Amino acid sequence: MSIRIRFFASLADRVGIREMTVDGDDIKTAEDAWKACVDGMDIPGNARVAINQQYADFADPVKQGDEIAFFPPVTGG
Amino acid sequence: MRVEILESPFDPLHEVAKHQESLLAGQFGAMAVFVGTMRDFNEGDTVTSMVLEHYPEMTQQHLLDLARIVADQHKLTDLLMIHRVGEIHPGEAIVLVAVWSAHRAAAFEACEAMVEDLKSKAPFWKKEQLVEGESRWVEHNTAGPRTTA
Repeated sequence: MSIRIRFFASLADRVGIREMTVDGDDIKTAEDAWKACVDGMDIPGNARVAINQQYADFADPVKQGDEIAFFPPVTGG
Repeated sequence: MRVEILESPFDPLHEVAKHQESLLAGQFGAMAVFVGTMRDFNEGDTVTSMVLEHYPEMTQQHLLDLARIVADQHKLTDLLMIHRVGEIHPGEAIVLVAVWSAHRAAAFEACEAMVEDLKSKAPFWKKEQLVEGESRWVEHNTAGPRTTA
């Protein structure tokens, strides 16, 4: 099992990643997932996170098989 | 109820008329419609086109959940929501929200609730193409009618 991590819009451009898969028992929260992908860059203050397509907090727990998405404020409509 | 994400242009008023044909006359007493269209200017620059990116799996679920909640809360007769993604040009519709209800209060309130939620929570992002050839992400939406900028 693994964790699928996705980045969207300007945040994807900024970190240079759109999608990656990580595995590792060290990833306990969404914030851990960010650190596993984006080493050395703090989470931008306006970044949003979703776990399995639902808005979440960076401190929320994640588990193997989850999909975690990081993105900037939305601008649709 | 119809909720759809489209990759090609659509005629919002035609979609409203077509949807209303499926409703029985006399079932509703009010209809409210919001159409958001693309401008050819933003922040002092001429914009020639834009690309609307989204998070497909989350967008679909978010819009469906939103439609069900608002329809239930406001006891709507019916609801239609269409949102574009992909490349969009000035004048084209970006979003359509149409609601039918027994009375005007529910229609106005439900339409506004749908629009404000999707503008602040549905995972879509606009990237503008400027006339000079440069492109840029839109960083935030403008404030709604009941929020302070």
